[in-house]
Amino acid sequence: MGDEEAKVYMISALVEHKPGVLYSISNMFRRRGFNIESISVGEAEQPDIARMTITIKGDEALVEQVVKQLKKLICVIKVSILDPNSTVARELALIKVSTPDARARSDVINYTEIFKGHVVDVSHESLTIEITGDTDKINAFIELMKPFGIREIARTGIAALPRGMKSTKME
Amino acid sequence: MSRMSGAKALVEALKRENVEVIFGIPGGAILPVYDVLYSADIKHILMRHEQCAAHAADGYARASGRVGVCMSTSGPGATNLVTGIANAYMDSSPIVAITGQVPRPFIGKDAFQETDIIGITTPITKCNFQVRSVAEIPKIVKTAFYIASTGRRGPVLIDLPRDVQLEEDEMNFDDKIELRGYKPVYDPHPLQVEKAVNLLLQAERPVIVAGGGVIASNASQELIALSELLMAPVATTLMGKGAMPEDHPLSLGMLGMHGTVAANYLVQETDVLLAVGMRFSDRSTGNIKTFCPNGKIIHIDIDASEIGKNIRPHVPIVADAKRALQAIYARIVEKFNRRERTAWFNRIQELKRMHEEIIKSDNERIRPPALMAEIRRLLPNDAIITTEVGQNQMWAALYLKVYKPRTFISSGGLGTMGFGFPAAIGAKVACPKVPVVDIAGDGSFIMTEQDLASSVAWNIPVTVIVLNNSVLGMVAQWQRLFYGRRYSAIDLKGLPDFVKLAEAYGAQGFRAQSIEEFRRALKSALNSDVTTVIDVPISSEENVLPMVPPGQDLKNLMLS
Repeated sequence: MGDEEAKVYMISALVEHKPGVLYSISNMFRRRGFNIESISVGEAEQPDIARMTITIKGDEALVEQVVKQLKKLICVIKVSILDPNSTVARELALIKVSTPDARARSDVINYTEIFKGHVVDVSHESLTIEITGDTDKINAFIELMKPFGIREIARTGIAALPRGMKSTKME
Repeated sequence: MSRMSGAKALVEALKRENVEVIFGIPGGAILPVYDVLYSADIKHILMRHEQCAAHAADGYARASGRVGVCMSTSGPGATNLVTGIANAYMDSSPIVAITGQVPRPFIGKDAFQETDIIGITTPITKCNFQVRSVAEIPKIVKTAFYIASTGRRGPVLIDLPRDVQLEEDEMNFDDKIELRGYKPVYDPHPLQVEKAVNLLLQAERPVIVAGGGVIASNASQELIALSELLMAPVATTLMGKGAMPEDHPLSLGMLGMHGTVAANYLVQETDVLLAVGMRFSDRSTGNIKTFCPNGKIIHIDIDASEIGKNIRPHVPIVADAKRALQAIYARIVEKFNRRERTAWFNRIQELKRMHEEIIKSDNERIRPPALMAEIRRLLPNDAIITTEVGQNQMWAALYLKVYKPRTFISSGGLGTMGFGFPAAIGAKVACPKVPVVDIAGDGSFIMTEQDLASSVAWNIPVTVIVLNNSVLGMVAQWQRLFYGRRYSAIDLKGLPDFVKLAEAYGAQGFRAQSIEEFRRALKSALNSDVTTVIDVPISSEENVLPMVPPGQDLKNLMLS
């Protein structure tokens, strides 16, 4: 697989919401040598179903295999590849930034406002920012924070849904 | 609804799946189930190693087409099953493995004989279950058998904590199976069938490759019919051996690393390849980049993930082999009754003759190809042949013709030495009226030889033919051909005398130094009601030929 063909794909999977399912899926990815960029999971429309959003880098043949291998797992109910042009994809990040003085503190707060983020925790020497958006936006914000000194980052991975009435729900 | 213990519910659920036999070994964490089995009308065959229990269940499943069942305790009992489960998974064999587990409060506490068998077997089962609540047992058993025996078949494991076996609850055996994530596709898509038919109608040199899926879906008749209609010769994978009668003029035998001349050449010369119930394994394709270089490929498989995994076909068909072959046949027979292809047919026969010439009889010394032909002559057509893994297996695949599906049972995907003998025991239990013969090597047989005890104790007479070269023969062959004869760790010094070994277990033992002695020994074995081991000394310098060196084009066959 040449790097020039590699694209990032988003896959949405509805899975049984019960113990061992995440293990089955991550184990399949590991054993088949599929590298996940990010994975997020949480309860879906029904309490016994979870939605998993997986982003993976590769060519079309690889993504086709990923989808088929996911579908083959009995705990996986439905799998769709999301079209990036008609998908809402969001990620949340918590970023703890060093703010040793008033100048740094005010700069960080300004940037946070521009990016429509929130300051969610404050100490004498740091601010923790919550920021939501697509991956590019979060990466851009992290780049801006680097000169201040990033202490810790926690990212959720992408959660995504198709726009409008299109759905990945169960029939 | 009726109230009973988990152990009782398990056995009752097994009976409802028409289980007639369990291969297993008891232990602490499965004792309550064995207590129920003491007075149940399901036969339990005590094997002498759990690996053999799993292989026996696998052999039973392959010979009968039904689900085989094996059982063990927790911890080492469960981990000993693992090789057998992995073997069944690679060859899509339907077995249900039942393991005891430590009581629920001890799970995760590293209790005595606790092992995470769910974690261990997740990648080698279609599905596995740990029973957390006793009332789930009927439904889980029903689901396990359904999953094992439908779609692409395979092993399913049920892990049963000991306290769940003891607890009582109201049991409902009429619950429906609910599987939102499992809906096997059996019927081919008509548009895809149409595309396949168009390709086949235009083909001038069509070839069919049949894999284990043809046997699993009982599609041999459909395969033969389509082959004759199209005048398309049939090569098989190792797993597909038996799908096409090998005395048929259009049978090419096996393709691949140890393929026949005809199979390997024609797959490379074809313009349309119909691959059915096979997965383009490296052992079948040789160098995948030069496989079938000028042919359009139609790929039929019931497992969608097999399509495009190793080779991207021109026409993918996700379907049961039988139904897909029926659909294709029905559309083609509308156009013609039989294709005449004189040049193609002559080419097929010419290449097949090259293969026959390799079998040369030599009365001085027993040579494996001639021995295989002799075994075939002595066995009835419906006899079941199992094999171990290595040279013995490839000689059998190449030179022992098989005429019926489910009469050749071999460890294809995993290549498990020690498989053939316990699989023969399982096959004999499934088909007690036909002779069952394990073609073995000395290295393989000693890996599971202890189950001579179970075959004698349970009156399951099978015949083991040990091709005895006192080395790990296939490893020796590779070291001879590819490592400059640097024979490393292949000398099986300390091998037992197999005749005495058999006798020590109460079985029958013979040594055959010539074809004539072999003939007498095998005839005696076939008439015996006790397991027989025939030790056949052969040269350690023998190579299995033809052979395609690993990673090379299928036409690069070494013939001598």
